[in-house]
Amino acid sequence: MEISRKVEQMPPSGIREFFELVIGMKDVISLGVGEPDFSTPWNICESSMFSIEKGYTSYTSNKGLYELRLGISKYLKHKHDINYDPEKEILVTTGVSEGLDLALRAIINPGDRVLVPDPSYVSYYPVVFLAGGRPVFIKTKKTSFKLTPELVERHISKGVKAVMLNYPANPTGVSYSRRELSALSKVFIKHNLIVICDEIYSELTYDFEHTPLATLKGMKERTMYFDGFSKAFAMTGWRVGYCCGPEKVISAMTKVHQYTMLCAPIMGQMAGMEALKSHTQRHVMEMKREYRRRREFIVGRLNELGLLCPMPEGAFYVFPSIEKTGMDSVLFAKKLLKEQRVAVVPGTAFGSEGKGHVRMSYASKMSDLKEAGLRMERFLRKYAKV
Amino acid sequence: MKEILEILEKDARTTPEDIARMLKKNVSSVKKAIKKLEKDGVILKYKTVINRELVRDDSRRVRALIEVKIAPQRGSGFDHIAERIYRFSQVVSCYLLSGTYDLLLVVEGRDIQEVSSFVSEKLSTLDNVRGTVTHFLLKKYKEDGDILKRAERDKRIAISF
Repeated sequence: MEISRKVEQMPPSGIREFFELVIGMKDVISLGVGEPDFSTPWNICESSMFSIEKGYTSYTSNKGLYELRLGISKYLKHKHDINYDPEKEILVTTGVSEGLDLALRAIINPGDRVLVPDPSYVSYYPVVFLAGGRPVFIKTKKTSFKLTPELVERHISKGVKAVMLNYPANPTGVSYSRRELSALSKVFIKHNLIVICDEIYSELTYDFEHTPLATLKGMKERTMYFDGFSKAFAMTGWRVGYCCGPEKVISAMTKVHQYTMLCAPIMGQMAGMEALKSHTQRHVMEMKREYRRRREFIVGRLNELGLLCPMPEGAFYVFPSIEKTGMDSVLFAKKLLKEQRVAVVPGTAFGSEGKGHVRMSYASKMSDLKEAGLRMERFLRKYAKV
Repeated sequence: MKEILEILEKDARTTPEDIARMLKKNVSSVKKAIKKLEKDGVILKYKTVINRELVRDDSRRVRALIEVKIAPQRGSGFDHIAERIYRFSQVVSCYLLSGTYDLLLVVEGRDIQEVSSFVSEKLSTLDNVRGTVTHFLLKKYKEDGDILKRAERDKRIAISF
């Protein structure tokens, strides 16, 4: 069978070979996992089981259960003082991943350009490409992996319609303060950009309060605001996220969603309703405290080992430089895996600007982080060029 | 201080160096804080959590929860009589409760006979003890926040974005 030219053109994941190496190996401490190590809080699991017993096993409305959308609306109002109409401005999706795809398909015409930070989450470039858009990469290494107004300005050209923004960011852990966002928002408004704003790690912001972009002046009408349950509530496998934004785009996204996904799984939606109840916050705060400690630990450890690693503001990733070893990021990851059985993700998996860096996740229990620290110490003693 | 306790309560073997890294403090101040906590008796001691279900020898002893009704004494309330009771080495835990009885004891013995004779000879015969109810413990599932099972294997796939 012939494969579509478009899919053929999609670059294969350059590090698949490395992944297979990891999967086939035993006794590996993996710092390569992009999801929480905590289990979903029990009250959420329990309430989902209850709903299954009650027979909630059907389709839901395309947009998602109204009660869940209402819950999301109230939650955002309470947490960030922002208003979204549960009838018209919220769509429940099968994780943020699906939502991003829907948004791009809903707004992109062939040839429209979309600004994509480099490095960034692996799906951004493919979803832009599949929607028929042309990704314009913004190299961010020199600005500590952050977009700045100047950088965005420099990449504006005719046909740039949207920008992908993600904070706290995967893979770098970088986030933006209210002030930085406000400066960026002026450029977005000036050039009439739609912002595809992936804030899935919003709850995991450690040094300041997370500011949703849509809460800034003039931004709500141009921001597609994505968040979900996966990271904050340790619910990755439930596949449920949401998108809030202007009615026009939400309804266009719903059109695609109803034919492709129909609706997010009801079990996940039921679980989401429980997650938004206030008593779950205790679990979120507990997990966040634990992540924060691990963050301090791993950043401290990596810097002691001579791997330059700034303190990331959020998510559960660090993105240290491994340049001093003289290896490229794939070679570093392979050798570290083979010789010390520690798995990390080469920075180049997230774009060419990830060169010389690796992503390590600290969503692993403390004892594993400690052991990984010792193994890396051994590794670096052997390879670090002093 | 509170955070140090939280970390040690989870894993008493966490070194001062690691605690310092986690809390972004220097090692000597962490060491000093721990010393003070020990000196003040906040940290009483460091123990190991053992899953007795998996220990296959005669150290697997019998435990019972015992409700004790007491007539409080003038001047010392329950404290004096509680001490008379918790000093017995068979008593593993001793709590004063509100409700239909006063003390809850956890008592441990080699076998049922030993626990029974402790109750009938030592406990019930005390002047102020008005009555006891003994519940033998059949199985422990969770204790002090720890689920008594081997840690489950990480179910996540080893690499994901």
